[in-house]
Amino acid sequence: MRDYLTFLLRVWRVSFQGSWKFYAWMTGLSVLSLIGLNAWARQFVEGLQTTGMTNQVSWGAYIANFTFLVGVAAAAVLLVIPAYIYKKEFMHEVVLFGELMAIAVIVMCLLFVTVDLGHPDRFHHMIPPIGIFNFPGSILSWDVIVLNGYLLLNLHIAGYLLYCRYHQRKPTKTFYIPFVFLSIAWAVSIHTVTAFLYVGLAGRSYWHHPLVPSRFLASAFVAGPALMILTFQIIRRVTRYYIGDQPIFTLRMIMTVAMIINMFLLGCELFTEFYSPTEHAAAAHYLYFGLHGHRGLVPWIWTAIALDFIGLTLLITPLSRRIVWLNLACVACFIGIWTEKGMGLIIPGFVPSPLGQVVEYLPTLNETLVCLGIWAFGTLLYSWMLHVAIPIMNGSLRARPQLSPTEPETAPARF
Amino acid sequence: MSHEPRNEVSPKTIEQVYRPVTRRTFLKGAAASMVGVAGLMAALKPLLALEQGEATLDDLLQKHYRELTPQEMQRILQRLEDKCQRAYGVRPAIRDARPLEGVEFGYALNLTRCIGCRRCAHACLKENNQSRDDANDIEMSYIRVLEMNKGAINLETSNVYYDPEQVPQKDKYYMPVQCHQCRQSPCTQVCPVQATWQEPDGLVVVDYNWCIGCRYCMAACPYEARRFNYKRPTIVKDAINPNQAYLSNRIRPKGVVEKCTFCLQRTRAGKYPACLEVCPTGARVFGNLLDPASEISYILKNKRVYLLKEEVGTLPRFYYFFDQ
Repeated sequence: MRDYLTFLLRVWRVSFQGSWKFYAWMTGLSVLSLIGLNAWARQFVEGLQTTGMTNQVSWGAYIANFTFLVGVAAAAVLLVIPAYIYKKEFMHEVVLFGELMAIAVIVMCLLFVTVDLGHPDRFHHMIPPIGIFNFPGSILSWDVIVLNGYLLLNLHIAGYLLYCRYHQRKPTKTFYIPFVFLSIAWAVSIHTVTAFLYVGLAGRSYWHHPLVPSRFLASAFVAGPALMILTFQIIRRVTRYYIGDQPIFTLRMIMTVAMIINMFLLGCELFTEFYSPTEHAAAAHYLYFGLHGHRGLVPWIWTAIALDFIGLTLLITPLSRRIVWLNLACVACFIGIWTEKGMGLIIPGFVPSPLGQVVEYLPTLNETLVCLGIWAFGTLLYSWMLHVAIPIMNGSLRARPQLSPTEPETAPARF
Repeated sequence: MSHEPRNEVSPKTIEQVYRPVTRRTFLKGAAASMVGVAGLMAALKPLLALEQGEATLDDLLQKHYRELTPQEMQRILQRLEDKCQRAYGVRPAIRDARPLEGVEFGYALNLTRCIGCRRCAHACLKENNQSRDDANDIEMSYIRVLEMNKGAINLETSNVYYDPEQVPQKDKYYMPVQCHQCRQSPCTQVCPVQATWQEPDGLVVVDYNWCIGCRYCMAACPYEARRFNYKRPTIVKDAINPNQAYLSNRIRPKGVVEKCTFCLQRTRAGKYPACLEVCPTGARVFGNLLDPASEISYILKNKRVYLLKEEVGTLPRFYYFFDQ
């Protein structure tokens, strides 16, 4: 216990030690987070009228970002599976970064849901003993369980492994391996349940579609690795922790396959919607070509499709064996999927409305600032976790600095 | 991860790499914390505009409608009346209207007779105290009247914002849509906190003091029957209907969902819904489905009845019918 408190104290101290660049980065992110908090405070006082949402389009940018980010969090599993099931040594270099990313991203997801609530002060109504939890009827209650469960699993795994590493002792397998395997299934479940939120609604034909969960997973397994590839390069450049090319190129391979599947499923969807255009294709029509003169999402979706194709082309050609092109592919895929899965999935669910009305949606400035704030806060959280985790992982933050780090009392810990 | 030679533990510890805490760094840290706290305060400044008593401890601790004792209910009704008086300058009489024994409400609408005058939509606003900016603002009305092209029942080509010199137009017919009080109601199924449910008389109601405002029910509803209070309802003093019920037409707080309850403050007291009373053509028929002698039962047995979006499987208690 005393040991643990010392650990926390030292972690606290390390959190505030860094170069001026680190300070500038963290300060910038803090300022952006505070701007977002300010916008949210305004929304809390004035109500959701500060957003662009209406009775017809009752979910907007918040839920779009939430949906996208659940996928990114689930993608941590793509590091865990090669590391623990296929026993790829080199994946153990980075698997912890994936778990930490999942933690930061799940926190962002929870924030995005919270800011979307009309009455965040009644949040406790969802906590079983105090509130009434509509389980198992409501898919949203399933989502609350799986998201918080995934957060706890990753906190436990990452926290336990880091603490062992700090003590330079071998982690006890029974304390974390079962949780690692549970987290694999759990990661798939968070994104599937999130897809079921939409798929379960028979009244919204654009969402009521068995392909949606598969496409969710496929696109998540592109967007997640894309972000990881980019951040791993940042880590190896700016910190004293070396990440080889192997994990990056393993992720490239996974991403390529996932992107091919994603585009194939997109093709299936487009064929179904447009070959025999039923009334149910109205939403897709609105999305891709506009409906009754309303074309709000058309530029968005074609940009997304173009980015997806650029990403796919780069990924399947040998070009992306060069890191520069790979990075370009990652950026294209990440932005492309954020657009098509966020706004491109949520908004057409509401347009046309169930009674056939076309009311368009555009986020307001205040809403955008709240989103920006949450993205900044998530980045801040991830940066902080890395800033603390990396010294622990390369051994410069350890329980007994007086002991020679090259001769730990047991064999070196391996995650 | 330590197999990677470049990641061999570094010989220096973090304390050796970084400077220890000195007076100078301590002062710097203190200054930075001050700036941080000031920033946080500035960010939260809008909260100062929260009105006094808008969210009291009583509100936070209030239990779900179905768990309240009669005494607690009495206190809450009192509190709500006080609140309304403070906020809107009118003291309403808010009751907790309970369902009647042996009653299941049903509603039928004659599409042959409806002329699209929208009097029902306006009467709904007057009765149910929805937010509106002026007399023409019927956005929050629980009834949307669709102008349909003759020759099909196609919602896709319908229009709610029709505005001709007079109605009905020759090539059009009209279809008012409101909550269908479904037997298989997707809205109550998806609510994560059971803030909306079906009452024994079939009415789907919302506990506005329990709703968290996630709007999942709005996404689930195939009839677009639910409205959300994006702001504190705006309604002028003279327009307020003081005859109110907890589960229906009391003025809602901001940030919650509301919907048609077949005017339960009226119908549970033996009156007709406001939209029926105002209808100039007698297109609307309301009554007890469990009573075989009721007019609604007669219509369901003898008329050509049409269910909107029957394929979604909601089993509505709202029916459309045509004259022979």
